[in-house]
Amino acid sequence: MDILSLLFNGFAIAFEPLNLALIILGCTVGLFIGAMPGLGSVNGVAILLPMTFLVPPTGAIIFLGAIYYGAMYGGAISSIMLGIPGASTAVATTFDGRPMALQGKADKALVAAAAASFVGGSVGVVLFTLFAPPLAEVALTFGSPEIFALMLLAFATFIGLGGDDIPKTMFSIFIGLVFGAVGLDIISGEPRLIFGDIPGFFHGINFLVLAIGIYGIAEMLWTIEISKGNAMISQATISVKRIWDNLVELTRTWKTMLMGSFLGYFVGILPAAGATPGSLMAYGFAKATSSEPETYGKGNINGVVAPESANNAASTGAMLPMLTLGIPGSPTTAILLGGMVIWGLEPGPLVFTDHPDFVWGFIASLYVANLFALLINIAFIPAFIWVLKMPFTILAPVIFILCVVGGFVPTMDMHDVWLMLVFGVVGYLMRKLDYPMAPAVLAIVLGPLAEPALRQSLLISGGSFSIFFNRPVAGSIMVIALILLAMPTFKPLKNRFFPKH
Amino acid sequence: MRMAELVMSIFMGAFSLYLMWKSAELPIGWIPGEGPGGGAWPFWLAAGMLVCCFAIAYRWAKRITPESRSEEVYMDSRALKLFLLNVGALTALIGLFHITGAYGAIPLFLIFYLRFMGGHSWLLTGTFAFVTPIATFLFFEIALQKTLPKGFTDPWFEPIFDFFY
Repeated sequence: MDILSLLFNGFAIAFEPLNLALIILGCTVGLFIGAMPGLGSVNGVAILLPMTFLVPPTGAIIFLGAIYYGAMYGGAISSIMLGIPGASTAVATTFDGRPMALQGKADKALVAAAAASFVGGSVGVVLFTLFAPPLAEVALTFGSPEIFALMLLAFATFIGLGGDDIPKTMFSIFIGLVFGAVGLDIISGEPRLIFGDIPGFFHGINFLVLAIGIYGIAEMLWTIEISKGNAMISQATISVKRIWDNLVELTRTWKTMLMGSFLGYFVGILPAAGATPGSLMAYGFAKATSSEPETYGKGNINGVVAPESANNAASTGAMLPMLTLGIPGSPTTAILLGGMVIWGLEPGPLVFTDHPDFVWGFIASLYVANLFALLINIAFIPAFIWVLKMPFTILAPVIFILCVVGGFVPTMDMHDVWLMLVFGVVGYLMRKLDYPMAPAVLAIVLGPLAEPALRQSLLISGGSFSIFFNRPVAGSIMVIALILLAMPTFKPLKNRFFPKH
Repeated sequence: MRMAELVMSIFMGAFSLYLMWKSAELPIGWIPGEGPGGGAWPFWLAAGMLVCCFAIAYRWAKRITPESRSEEVYMDSRALKLFLLNVGALTALIGLFHITGAYGAIPLFLIFYLRFMGGHSWLLTGTFAFVTPIATFLFFEIALQKTLPKGFTDPWFEPIFDFFY
């Protein structure tokens, strides 16, 4: 009852006119920032943080929380419409969202992404409200071996269930991980893989450079080739009835939505994990448990629903350690944490007792922001569909410009733009030979998390890999990952002993 | 297509060897008290890449993959022309960012692409070439305060920034 009464007080604060206006403004701005290739929630929250000094701390965090939610919704839009992930959290949405758009089902993919985001966000915020302190304690028991085991599981799903050429898939994972290792060695601080002593490599290779290169430049070059340069990108129509029909049809995916929401939330609360691994793991899990895994990557709606529900649930989960323990679960929450300090609040367990209006006003605002983000997102779907109807010779240069500007903005370095072009051209040439590109993008995102987890684990165990097997949670995850890795080996045996007729 | 599959595996195999050599500039073995050396992670990953390249070449020789059996042309003359035109235009766009800046490069790229590659009217081309840089400027420089390269046009923007700030 205590929680309920505190939550009702929070709603009273969230529905104050100023705070409600901040929620609507934040969701709208966040949606557009998230939809821009190269800009995600972290950019939106960071850029607009100084503007929050104009309002009281509760309004400030409500505004930033709404931007965070809006951007999480918006990330799916460019993944589906342009084939370019708006942020790393929307990478997995591209795998099936883009094929759906190319099949003329962009409206269905956008509605699915919006609805799944709403379900993920709702589940996340309910879990946040009910189980905040105990869940934070569980997540904090995860050490390096468990985190590395989770990363391995994400890669294993691509190998075991990807359906692509295994050596090419593994090559793609390895090259993505190597690119993720470029820059300064995390332990010794020494330069590593600085090709040709070019200074631009010292800051590493931003995942967006590879993602935009592959999903922007290479995708456009591929589309230009297959369409002979004069086709429409795809056909799509939209109406209120179609939106409603799509929503009704989505009820079939409720299991995937709930799975993505719970998995995403739990991964989200792990320190240093966040929404990206959450969405990728949800995608992998949905594929692993599907009766038709071969349809993933070709426009399966569950492939949109799983990552979108997970990344929104994870974005809420990432706020849990931030608020309760003062430990950010993601880069965006790290900036929110910085904002709290600037506003004169000390994040941690005491904030719940010392500033209940602030905490519960913020939690209640997440419910409201989630609803407004859904409504605003659906309201703008016709505008996004309109973009698809442009002749390709208009859309292509606009996307190329977005790619170039989007590649520049994260690091403000022209070196990254040139690198993006190289990745785009090589990615296009490799794609023509059926090299899967998604595992490389997954690897460059997870590589900087996996390497320190592996090195710390081996340091703890004195170099013994048994540390990954003699801890119950890590061991269980490793066994599942090894089974998935071994699955392609059993496929020829299965075909031999149980031939298809 | 068949020859391209082999050439790609050889090229990527050579790149893997280069990555292994670069990684070995840092220790790749176990350092007592410190754990694996800084080069170990990329070195063994690059070694994994090399093994994959051998596997791809082996499957090519055995004609296991569709690409290794395909007699199709990897890129016909029309595809090659489109590829070179687009990559060339993109290279020019990025190169012009250094010289004329984003707000000179974007209209020039749009004029080339819309008018000469797309065959659109001057009215549509001019509208896009005029509106796109303005929208880009307002969104990135004013709303998000992200500065794009301006090349030699940098001083021209001072009065505009004075107006906004």
